[in-house]
Amino acid sequence: MSARIFIPRDTTALSLGADSVAQRLEYEAAERGLEVTLIRNGSRGMAWLEPLVEIETSQGRMAYGPVTSADVPSLLDAGLLEGRTEHPLSQGRTDAIPWLARQQRLTFARIGVTDPLSLDDYRAHDGFRGLDKALAESPQHLVDEVKDSGLRGRGGAAFPTGIKWQTVLDAPAEQKYIVCNADEGDSGTFADRLVMECDPYLLIEGMAIAGLAVGATQGYIYLRSEYPLAHRILEAAIARAEAAGYLGDNIGDSGHTFHLEIRLGAGAYICGEETSLLESLEGKRGQVRFKPPLPAIEGFFGRPTVVNNVLTLAAVPYIIASGARAYAHYGMGRSRGTLALQLAGNVKYGGLVELAFGTTLRELMENYGGGTLSGRPLRAVQVGGPLGAYLPESQWDLPLDYETFAADDAVVGHGGIVMFDDSVDMAEQARFSMEFCRIESCGKCTPCRIGSARGVEVIDRIRRNDNRDSNLALLSELCETMEDGSLCAMGGMTPYPVQSALTHFPDDFLRQAEGEQA
Amino acid sequence: MSAYPEWTPSLIQAETDALKHKPGALLPILHAIQDRFGFIPQEAVPIIAAGLSQTRAEVHGVISFYHHFRAAPPGNHVLQVCRAEACQAVGSRALEAHAKARLGVDYHQTTADGEITLEAVYCLGNCACGPSLRLDDSVHGRVTPESFDALVDELRTQPLEIM
Ligand SMILES: Cc1cc2nc3c(=O)[nH]c(=O)nc-3n(C[C@H](O)[C@H](O)[C@H](O)COP(=O)(O)O)c2cc1C
Ligand code: SF4
Ligand code: FES
Repeated sequence: MSARIFIPRDTTALSLGADSVAQRLEYEAAERGLEVTLIRNGSRGMAWLEPLVEIETSQGRMAYGPVTSADVPSLLDAGLLEGRTEHPLSQGRTDAIPWLARQQRLTFARIGVTDPLSLDDYRAHDGFRGLDKALAESPQHLVDEVKDSGLRGRGGAAFPTGIKWQTVLDAPAEQKYIVCNADEGDSGTFADRLVMECDPYLLIEGMAIAGLAVGATQGYIYLRSEYPLAHRILEAAIARAEAAGYLGDNIGDSGHTFHLEIRLGAGAYICGEETSLLESLEGKRGQVRFKPPLPAIEGFFGRPTVVNNVLTLAAVPYIIASGARAYAHYGMGRSRGTLALQLAGNVKYGGLVELAFGTTLRELMENYGGGTLSGRPLRAVQVGGPLGAYLPESQWDLPLDYETFAADDAVVGHGGIVMFDDSVDMAEQARFSMEFCRIESCGKCTPCRIGSARGVEVIDRIRRNDNRDSNLALLSELCETMEDGSLCAMGGMTPYPVQSALTHFPDDFLRQAEGEQA
Repeated sequence: MSAYPEWTPSLIQAETDALKHKPGALLPILHAIQDRFGFIPQEAVPIIAAGLSQTRAEVHGVISFYHHFRAAPPGNHVLQVCRAEACQAVGSRALEAHAKARLGVDYHQTTADGEITLEAVYCLGNCACGPSLRLDDSVHGRVTPESFDALVDELRTQPLEIM
């Protein structure tokens, strides 16, 4: 009997040598006359164990990681094919690894388990249950389910998804669109990528359901060009879904139509902002539009358009298949369901953690993350991407919930958690935030376009100890102007990381001065 | 020898014609041209503009807005170093400095032998295993100065194809 071995092929596993592990395994097995069936699955999201090799046994799947190609012979010697656990890289049963076992995976239940492009695998693991149900339901019922689930947009702004869908459903138009925001520009985030690379039919299913719910027959996935592998996998998945009748004309013989196309971005962070994204999709410079009109009323080429993040759409199949109440059961306050948290930066055990809203940062960083990779003390954490605040230790016990974070000048955003040890220079981080805004500003409004350039200069002067007090005052004013006068959150939130660095880590802005005195 | 074929006006015309029926066709056309020829030649602008019934200024404005589009041919390989926060937290600043010194170029420049174009990128989605870089279409994680050098050496070693 041929042993079934799983070796992931998501970007992270590949970036750490998964292909050479797979090649070596096939070669060594052939040399030893062993029969193996190699399956290139998605990643379980345990980035710290990648490449994670699994073998199917009668007791379940057994895990080994992180594996390099040089480890392959000794793994085979130590009984990899029987799932034995003596080898130092053995992690025991995959499902029982505490890091994974303690999660509450609704959206990510299937990732890493299946071959991402296998429709049989997808169906065997509850895939298309939501779509099958949706095909028999009225649009209003689908929108109501999403409303009742409490789902809020996972792309950052946390707007109630059901209300957005209702607006599009109610807007009279010949043509409506579903646009998936797959721009995932935030540093420290990779959950969208994992969905697209490791469970692409989930996104396809979510978008098809969204189409049925609001009466849209065309969907676009706006994917960042920095994700070439996600692009290839999604292209293949769309072709297979079409061939199998889950996309295109007459889905599942229901008479419903939904077409899906991928469009690539071109390396502009601002194109993650929904109106810039639509401009870009229309073939223009990605400059932010004034709102109103909302995209839900006048979106892609002026037609009613749902713009949703990958994770928002990926949550929908579960909600429709299992019911709004099952989803809403998770969470706290007005933050319902689960959040895809991404542990990144200077972290020992980084990766994707899906949990109900309400966990604390400390729980995540210590019990999941295991502290810093460097082993040095953790000092600052940036949550919510490059526009999110840097949090000092006094804020690590905040429960992750949109309102709680907002009340403390922080943002949950897309759930990226970037950890820094005590070697970080927060003045340098503040400078980078301004620099990033300068590079990525769409240029439409002055506080953002010019303010960010001035911001870099002012911070440089502070760091040179050049009229520090008046430059510090100037920086605060500049931040206020950007916050109040910017059209979108790019200019409006760049002050968050800058001011949090100033407030919580003031010493870092004094370092140079001390050096000079010494 | 360049990895890309030479562009000609008629090839640009063909790429434009193949995609211009799409709603919002400009980005797909620009991608197709850059994927094929490595960059977007200045001379392509009027051809694309005519194909889409837009002004040259509009087309030029789009090309210049996006970091991804290039107006000059790149080297045989494009190497992007991630400059974003999660990678900074594990040493990408030092890696950037090493990359520039080792290759003898700054961002947006190509090595003297025409082999490698160095670019900056802001996140590759590999943030739990940084510092990260992208070499053509493959991403590399936990890059050290040593593994960077090994990667570059490998590129520059002429592969012996005849065995
Ligand atoms: C500067 C900026 C960048 C953004 N980047 C992204 C992004 O990369 N992905 C995303 O889904 N939303 C991003 N957003 C939020 C979108 O504008 C929008 O709120 C979201 O796509 C709506 O989908 P959701 O309701 O499902 O979250 C960004 C917003 C701003 C202001
Ligand atoms: S704040 Fe910046 S990115 Fe946003 S609209 Fe203004 S200039 Fe553009
Ligand atoms: S921050 Fe470098 S890969 Fe995301």
